[in-house]
Amino acid sequence: MEDVAVIGAGQSVFSRSCGESIRELCFEAYKEALEGLDITGNDIDASVVCSAPEYDKQRSPSGLISEYLELTPKPTFYVETVCSSSSTGLRVAWSLIKAGLHKTVAVIGFQKMSELSSRDAAERMGRGGDIIWESPFGITMPAGYAMYARAHMARYGTTEEHLAKVRVKNSHYGVDNPKANYRKELSLEAILNSEMITSPLKKFDCCANADGSSCVILARGDVAKSISKTPIWVAGLGAATDTMTMAGRESLTGLRCAQEAARQAYKMAGVKPQDIDVAEVHDCFTVSELLAYEDLGFAKPGEGVGLIENKETYADGKIPVNVDGGLLSKGHPIGATGGSQIRTIVRQLRGEATEAQVKDAEIGLVHNIGGVGQYGNVTILRR
Amino acid sequence: MGFENFGTVSFTAEAKVADFITQLEAGKVMATRCRKCGGSYFPPKADCPKCLSSDVEWFEVKSQGKLASYTVVNYGPSGFENDAPYILALAKFDEGIQILARLSRDIEEKDITIGMNLTVSPVKLPEGRIAYEFIKG
Repeated sequence: MEDVAVIGAGQSVFSRSCGESIRELCFEAYKEALEGLDITGNDIDASVVCSAPEYDKQRSPSGLISEYLELTPKPTFYVETVCSSSSTGLRVAWSLIKAGLHKTVAVIGFQKMSELSSRDAAERMGRGGDIIWESPFGITMPAGYAMYARAHMARYGTTEEHLAKVRVKNSHYGVDNPKANYRKELSLEAILNSEMITSPLKKFDCCANADGSSCVILARGDVAKSISKTPIWVAGLGAATDTMTMAGRESLTGLRCAQEAARQAYKMAGVKPQDIDVAEVHDCFTVSELLAYEDLGFAKPGEGVGLIENKETYADGKIPVNVDGGLLSKGHPIGATGGSQIRTIVRQLRGEATEAQVKDAEIGLVHNIGGVGQYGNVTILRR
Repeated sequence: MGFENFGTVSFTAEAKVADFITQLEAGKVMATRCRKCGGSYFPPKADCPKCLSSDVEWFEVKSQGKLASYTVVNYGPSGFENDAPYILALAKFDEGIQILARLSRDIEEKDITIGMNLTVSPVKLPEGRIAYEFIKG
């Protein structure tokens, strides 16, 4: 089954304000993805462009990006699942290749969030919920995850200090990532003493809005082998949803969409959680990483805190997670994030990571969530 | 009247379930139930995706709910700046539904515990707006 591979993966620097247009931003990721490959844009049969609308004014951005990268007249498609758009794009690209329609497909994710003020961006994310029934109460992304955090604390005794320890780890690794927005090491005290945004989540429990792009190039197996010395195989894919409303959630101690996506991806890849050598998980907030430990089966429900307490998710631990600094360090340009996570795992499996390199990593996992657990995507890659 | 005056900021007005607002004005928070298969819905649905019927009836959410989780929002998005801090909460009701709403400003943060009893009640907001909120008991 492993007959689609990632042959190239790139990203721009993620920053608070890039000072350029979305097309120029996308070029940076596209260039890094193509570098070192013996192909040009002419060899790319189709593109899937991924972002969440309403941050910049451009409508139908896929056509614009396609023109700038000179991918016309090849077909291009626009895909959106908010913060997991580019993982969904990867799934669409995989399907296009498996269906025999295309041999080589570029998945380009971007977001330029600096076009909006912080409050306006929060309002857009609030409308990523149900605009009749829940957005009018002033729900935000951090508020949704904060309710998960509070419920996890009440049920399992998780503390604010446990959450802060996730940021301590991710800030440690962010220092060495030249593509990251936040590159300072943070102490437990600094995190715990930071301003309360939406209880129990504080400023440093939250990732930052950012500008950025990512590009992942997928190819059919035979093509991949002829182009790339180190194709990274797509071994498993999982995708699932949960309700748009918070009112529809069966549980607030884990993300059902992530649990279901993980089940599918493990099954397709024929691997178990303990087979994963390195993982990138969607740490939009510190609590999101703790939930991911449990939803992905790295720990039993309620026992995720043990992994961070015992430093098992550090680079030399049992299951290294977000050793590129995660969204908490890199920043979260929502449409670009999934592709950036894929890029990190590809570099880990090739042994090319310039941040912390996990020794002899063979199987890697990406967990990318859209909204407050509305869209779950898990991708398993293999060397 | 539709949803144009619902909540602090409303983003759309028209819906087949706009009667919800009329009943909210009359002091009741309502959910829908499918007359054909009995499926109950909150947020209310005008249509039943289980049996494809649009023959639904209203029923009032009268039971005591339990607080499932909450958060004190200190940073409000655009349009909500002047509301913050406010407390968002999710509560579970005997009717087999959950509701997201704010906690009444009468409830102090120190008195909040997960599992505490709450009921849902209409609340008038400034400038002729209306919503529902959770009150103690």
